[in-house]
Amino acid sequence: MSNIPLAAYLVVSAIMFFAGIYGFLSRRNMLTILMSLELMLNAADINFVAFNKYLYPGQMDGAFFALFAIGVSAAETAIAIAIIINIYRNIKNIYVDEVNKMKY
Amino acid sequence: MAEQIIFYVLAIVIVVFSILSVTSRRILRSATYLLFVLLATAGLYLLMGYEFLFGVQISVYAGGIMVLYIFSILLTSHAGDKAKKVSWKRLVPAGVAAVAGFAVCGHIIFHNVYKIAQTISPEISMQQLGTAMLGTGKDQYLLPFEAISILLLACVIGGIMIARKR
Repeated sequence: MSNIPLAAYLVVSAIMFFAGIYGFLSRRNMLTILMSLELMLNAADINFVAFNKYLYPGQMDGAFFALFAIGVSAAETAIAIAIIINIYRNIKNIYVDEVNKMKY
Repeated sequence: MAEQIIFYVLAIVIVVFSILSVTSRRILRSATYLLFVLLATAGLYLLMGYEFLFGVQISVYAGGIMVLYIFSILLTSHAGDKAKKVSWKRLVPAGVAAVAGFAVCGHIIFHNVYKIAQTISPEISMQQLGTAMLGTGKDQYLLPFEAISILLLACVIGGIMIARKR
């Protein structure tokens, strides 16, 4: 375990996070935007767990943060997908630049 | 040595597939790449010795959320659909923001993380985890656990309210 430095985990999660940023800013489809958000949340979870493993021996706060973050992001994804499906049902479109009316 | 090889494989999978997932023009493919990223993340948790998080990641993300995504993709797009071409005006600022942010983060990681003392914590047993999750004492997590359960209940009710037919 000690063969792998903490920085290696951090670099991997940073790449994942900024891939998420890129997708969030460049995509137009709501579902792909949500997927990019998922990437960012996942990168944050990796960071929590890695910090807990390497910097706080014997404690488990980071693992619990990751656990609760996974729960919150599952709830958020479910609601967001319900809203997106509802938008699609109303205006047959889920591209963010074409959904510009609050009431149809 | 074996751990390093496993870590490199997982890291390469994560990096390649997370970039493919945000650049692929076919939405179903990008969902599949996202699934690979989530599974590799679960592998990282296992490598760090958190078996419970590994199970949670597999069952919640790879099992639950990805099924939701694939269902909703199939509901909202047709087979073989490609995403519309995005103009350079959108791509360039997004790429610049991502690269600049990564540069700042990478600088911080390589110049500061080695300065702090690093220790390896012992593995957390399932019993410790369960006691901490359902206890009310110091460093125990019953209140957040209940808050999450209320949140999930609200999410269920909200999902039904949003998705029902009017």
